[in-house]
Amino acid sequence: MTQPTIDRATFDELKDTAGADFVAELVDTFLVEAPVMLGDLRTALGAGNADSFRRAAHSLKSNSNTFGALTLGAMAKELELTGLAPARAANGATLDALAQEYDRVATALKDLKNA
Amino acid sequence: MREGGRSGARLLVVDDNKVNRLLLNRSLEQQGHSVATAENGRIALDMLRRESFDLVLLDMEMPEMDGFQVLEQMKSDLQLRDVPVLVTSSLEGVESVVRCIELGAEDYLPKPVNPVLLKARIGASLEKKRLRDQQKEMMRRFATPEVAQDLQQSGFALGGKRVQAAVMFSDIRGFTPLAESQSPEETIELLNTYYTLMFSAIIGHGGGVNQMIGDGIMAVFGAPLPLPDHRVSAVNAALEMIELIDLFNLERAAAGKAEIRIGIGIASGEMIAGYTGTNDRATYTCIGDIVNLASRIESHTKEAQRAILIDAATREALHERVLLEALGAITFKGKSIAVDVFSVGVGQKL
Repeated sequence: MTQPTIDRATFDELKDTAGADFVAELVDTFLVEAPVMLGDLRTALGAGNADSFRRAAHSLKSNSNTFGALTLGAMAKELELTGLAPARAANGATLDALAQEYDRVATALKDLKNA
Repeated sequence: MREGGRSGARLLVVDDNKVNRLLLNRSLEQQGHSVATAENGRIALDMLRRESFDLVLLDMEMPEMDGFQVLEQMKSDLQLRDVPVLVTSSLEGVESVVRCIELGAEDYLPKPVNPVLLKARIGASLEKKRLRDQQKEMMRRFATPEVAQDLQQSGFALGGKRVQAAVMFSDIRGFTPLAESQSPEETIELLNTYYTLMFSAIIGHGGGVNQMIGDGIMAVFGAPLPLPDHRVSAVNAALEMIELIDLFNLERAAAGKAEIRIGIGIASGEMIAGYTGTNDRATYTCIGDIVNLASRIESHTKEAQRAILIDAATREALHERVLLEALGAITFKGKSIAVDVFSVGVGQKL
């Protein structure tokens, strides 16, 4: 199953209710905050800190869904639910895939906010 | 404080995530509310204890202090327990949502929050809070603070429980001739001042005024809320009442008015306390032999020509140094056994 990087219906609804200018600012905030969350995930994985790992995944999931980044949201939700063990077993590959999906989301959001 | 729109309320948004905070803030300001934000539970509780808010929008997953802990602390804090909380989170699993509601959250809104749903839920919660505030205000005006607090904590139910308490009766000597010798306005003014002074002494020592009948007062120390040294508190309140009446008399003498004298009777022990009446109209009261005894002792202050009389059970709690005069065993009307009565010397501090 493939779905678009950003679900347009969700993004457009956000823009309609909150206003285009505001959503542009919100995207900028997300583009600053999300890399911090990705960093927190790696740090938490390295340190074996389950709480911090779950919280960072939860935050990323929540923000992704707000913008309609449903794939990224689903990947983050998976991490929130399964915790440290599977990510550690995958030897960082899970977090690499997450970072790649984030890059696609970041590019798409930049395009959308300027559209 | 900033005012939002016409219907604007003051809301607190608690979320560790900046995007969520900005977005909620935006939605709420668009709806005409004024919004403050906190980025974790600890900061939120500090703000709630410092400022007044109409409603809290609370995230659950937060560092330092999470939403569950905030809910727990709010519900155990009398000042905060009635502030409505809407949980806005993307919690996984229905158990977490159930836990929020069990901890006292008003409602749960999944993220991303739908603005229309948000508006409806906030409207409903604020309306409920307005009704609760109205109820509390009515209760504050028509019930003693202790009864109001007990009702808020335990709810209303007819029926009593056994309590250890001290009961006090007090009235003004020769009030009827006094009332007949002056204008009704003067009498009401006298009563209002008298009640204000007596209430301040009784409440100041942890007692509650149960009844006012004409110039008479019935007060209870130790119910509905337990008071560890209820007997000493009752005697202390009595001493302060006499002191306040003396001051009031100085004022009256300066205005060329007659002095007033009061008599106070106190008895202590086990009694039944609770709400009696019907579900529509009920009062909090205490009944039992001890209550009758306190009333009889108060009447006896006239014959004995003493200001404060107490029973033996009340006396037991007092320090040896307290100035007392034993008046011996007295057989009261309607009682088969004589009881020891003591006069408490006025003008002393316990």
